[in-house]
Amino acid sequence: MSKPIIQVKNLHKWYSGVHALKGVTLDVQRGEALGLVGDNGAGKSTLINILSGLHQQDEGEIIVEGQPVQISNPKDAMALGIETIYQYNSMVPIMTIARNMFIGREPVKFSIGGIGWLDEAKMREESVQAIADVDLHLRSPDALVGELSGGQRQGVAIARAMHFKSKVMILDEPTNHLSVKETAKVIGFVQGLKEQGVTAIFISHNLHHVFACCDRIVAMALGEVVLDKRANETSIEEVSEKL
Amino acid sequence: MRRLVKLALQKPELAGALLLLTLVIVFQIRSDGVFLSVNNLRGILGLLPETALVAVGVTLLMISGEFDLSVGSVFALMPMTMAVLVVGGWPFWAAMAVGLGVCIVIGFVNGIITIRYDIPSFITTLGMMFMARSLTVVVSGGFPPRIRPGEIPSRLFVGFIDDGNLIRASVLWFLGIAIIIGLLLGKTNFGNWVRATGGFLPAAKAMGIPTGRVKVVCFMISSVLAGFAGMIQSMRLNSFLPSTGEGMELQAVAAAVIGGTSLMGGVGSILGGVIGATLIRLIDNGMVLSQIDANWFRFAIGALTIFAVVGNAWLRKKGRAMKVSVDK
Ligand SMILES: Nc1ncnc2c1ncn2[C@@H]1O[C@H](COP(=O)(O)OP(=O)(O)OP(=O)(O)O)[C@@H](O)[C@H]1O
Ligand SMILES: [Mg+2]
Repeated sequence: MSKPIIQVKNLHKWYSGVHALKGVTLDVQRGEALGLVGDNGAGKSTLINILSGLHQQDEGEIIVEGQPVQISNPKDAMALGIETIYQYNSMVPIMTIARNMFIGREPVKFSIGGIGWLDEAKMREESVQAIADVDLHLRSPDALVGELSGGQRQGVAIARAMHFKSKVMILDEPTNHLSVKETAKVIGFVQGLKEQGVTAIFISHNLHHVFACCDRIVAMALGEVVLDKRANETSIEEVSEKL
Repeated sequence: MRRLVKLALQKPELAGALLLLTLVIVFQIRSDGVFLSVNNLRGILGLLPETALVAVGVTLLMISGEFDLSVGSVFALMPMTMAVLVVGGWPFWAAMAVGLGVCIVIGFVNGIITIRYDIPSFITTLGMMFMARSLTVVVSGGFPPRIRPGEIPSRLFVGFIDDGNLIRASVLWFLGIAIIIGLLLGKTNFGNWVRATGGFLPAAKAMGIPTGRVKVVCFMISSVLAGFAGMIQSMRLNSFLPSTGEGMELQAVAAAVIGGTSLMGGVGSILGGVIGATLIRLIDNGMVLSQIDANWFRFAIGALTIFAVVGNAWLRKKGRAMKVSVDK
């Protein structure tokens, strides 16, 4: 087996008294779709928030493609090719699709002291292309994200992550509050990542969703990894027993 | 109907612009043509840049998701600082730079305290409103500084620029600054960060936007514009009083809201703030001309503000209902 794309070693995290991660160790293999499951408060979001730069670990090491890394903010994570998609936090509803695609990474025609003139034509063109690349069909990049359905929104978030050449895509409960049809669509996106060689970490409470698109299942409980098996070597029953 | 709702959502300043047009026509008729006469326009154009500059800064800040109630006090503190220094023998430009520096510091403090301690800017800037007003009185030493005409280059800021004595330089300053801030918000990456920060803070944070820094910069811009506007007014009247600009903070918020800026952040435009400020000035002036008791002025502005907020809330609700029907 080739070198893991992300290695997490003995990760600890305390939130003023709450020991949310108790020495989590985990290897994520290149190209796999890893399903991360666990009960409420198990520490799944805490783990991925550390990987995506929203929080920092109190102890432990993160190794990306063989290099020990310090992920101090979301920009660091993105620079390492780690993109994260949340149910709620990924998009600004009152902004257009084109604007949302490039928040924080806007293409500019010229800039003075970090303030740059937006290349709006490029933003529109590239967002149309990026959306088409994930087989999403939207009328216009000028539509407000708030006008999209939940599934379309996740589609745009995934298109954004793909556009910025993410190597690892983390999806934290991307199917929450979605209709059955929309959920199927998001699961389709995750399956599509594999073909493109993108590693996925998929978090969900719904084991059926996880088993539908993941090669490997990692279960967490009370801040620890309690199960780590290939999807075809375990079952929904075994996993739910562990939680 | 749907298209109208959508248009109004995308161009929140549209309703204000229509109201503006209507009022101009009504006042023009009711005042028997005095309203759009050169003499009356001169009065309106003298005051407008001052209110509007404050409104522009406050609008930008509100779009980033914060408030500034200290702008009225800064409006007085900046010219007072400058005038006291000039009287004390400082060259004008140095005194002006110090005055603007004071504004920058106040904006910075407003922002840092709000962000660092995670408290509502409503409270931070309410405190700053009192502190800056108090400082103004202290700096003045109890006696308004007297500046002889010609001692400072007021002409550069408030002198008439045409032969008809209609348009002052302040109109150009205002237009230039409003255009720059409008472009900053609409056409630059910084503007994108401002809107994302105010529109949905968690998303902006997750995308690595330095939201705290973005807000602090907006606080500083708001403060500087308020101070600059105050300087223009003091120069126009050639009087430097500690009481200048009282109530300005609420007019600025009203202007922003009337122009379609959301109290929740994210939604709004600089043009909207300018339209709101213009509406306020027109109503003030038009009421006098139409011989309506001037005491109704604040009533009218208040009613209009409530009307604008209710209207915007209604629009957003309509907008949401629309989305649901799109889903099916
Ligand atoms: N910002 C925070 N401040 C304080 N405590 C937190 C914070 N975030 C999480 N926690 C606590 O850390 C523990 C792990 O939470 P986490 O959100 O990682 O769980 P989760 O597995 O994602 O749960 P869920 O399935 O509900 O999303 C919980 O006890 C939670 O209360
Ligand atoms: Mg979670």
